[in-house]
Amino acid sequence: MSEHELQAIFDRKIENEVKIEPKDWMPDAYRKNVLRQMSQHAHSEIVGMLPEGNWITRAPSLRRKVALLAKIQDEAGHGLYLYSAAETLGTDRERIVLDLLEGKAKYSSIFNYPALTWADIGAVGWLVDGAAIVNQIMLQKTSYGPYSRAMIRICKEESFHQRQGYEILLTLCRGTEEQKAMAQDALNRFWWPSLMMFGPSDKDSPHSAQSMAWKVKRMGNDELRQKFIDQTVKQADFLGLTLPDPDLKWNEEKGQYDWGQIDWEEFYNVIKGNGPCNKERLAARQKAYDNGAWVRDAATAYAKKRAERKNKEAA
Amino acid sequence: MERKDWPLWEVFVRSKAGLSHKHSGSLHAPDAEMAISNARDVYTRRSEGVSIWVVESKHIHSTLETDSESMFDPNEDKIYRHPTFYDIPDEVGHM
Repeated sequence: MSEHELQAIFDRKIENEVKIEPKDWMPDAYRKNVLRQMSQHAHSEIVGMLPEGNWITRAPSLRRKVALLAKIQDEAGHGLYLYSAAETLGTDRERIVLDLLEGKAKYSSIFNYPALTWADIGAVGWLVDGAAIVNQIMLQKTSYGPYSRAMIRICKEESFHQRQGYEILLTLCRGTEEQKAMAQDALNRFWWPSLMMFGPSDKDSPHSAQSMAWKVKRMGNDELRQKFIDQTVKQADFLGLTLPDPDLKWNEEKGQYDWGQIDWEEFYNVIKGNGPCNKERLAARQKAYDNGAWVRDAATAYAKKRAERKNKEAA
Repeated sequence: MERKDWPLWEVFVRSKAGLSHKHSGSLHAPDAEMAISNARDVYTRRSEGVSIWVVESKHIHSTLETDSESMFDPNEDKIYRHPTFYDIPDEVGHM
């Protein structure tokens, strides 16, 4: 079949909502686009464990500790789903991981902010996971089959993440003045970076239009961001907290909230590597990779020894 | 065997007794035993299963996308293979 015919089949599938599967023909640019997005997504899950991991031993109760542990373990699992899905596009795990360590692959800018207080763990669950869920619900319908299936599984597991975060903040907000102030402080620091998670405005996003045309993404960055804001205002009200945006106001005509300006300079600066924790995060991943080398080697040696013994017994 | 040569395994999970194993996903592991133990952690964290199969991906043979027309299209005109093709009067009751 000529490339022209293959392209026509591909286009028809995209148009008719038929998923693209690993062995199907796809344009190189599509493969690259999906791979870049999945690798970035997988790395975000893995790096996302770091700010929270810091609080496992400091969790205020056993209930909070087991919940946080389970959430972080989920994130490791979600990273694995996504690495596996990315590998179906013809790269291997080692390569994807090395791309992160060598600074060639990105992860979500949000994880370059520190979790300074216990309330931050609440804010991360409520806002960061909340924003991720808005994005991931949309991605369940992505055109690449393995990515879509990973998203469906992840969404099913992730709603507890947001609820556990909100519950932490609710408890703090019903506590002492200091506890409530701590919750407000966490919200003040995490609100804008959470809005940045949806990426630049579509008009400034280098990949947005093509991703939408291929149905890799089903909604634009701005639309998703607005959706997240609209659903979060009420939740903040219930906590009795104030979103740190003086321009936030209900717009009756549009049926949505008007809101202020994102500091895009900060966003691009963090992406460039100058956020509060970029270096620390990459160093932690490098350390985990190096310190885990003996475990991977031992597993390989053990499997080899057992296979040899089995062969000897059979002979 | 280098770490990067760890084979790929496909994971199938039986969600409860009496149902078939269904494909859950894949993972890398040096041998079957470790594949099963990793599959437990990755794919059954919320009691999704009562039994796990793993099989090395290279042992799975499949139809090709280019074959699908000749493989599956002939079924489409065989509507007489479905119960609704046959007219049974209502008075006969459920059949």
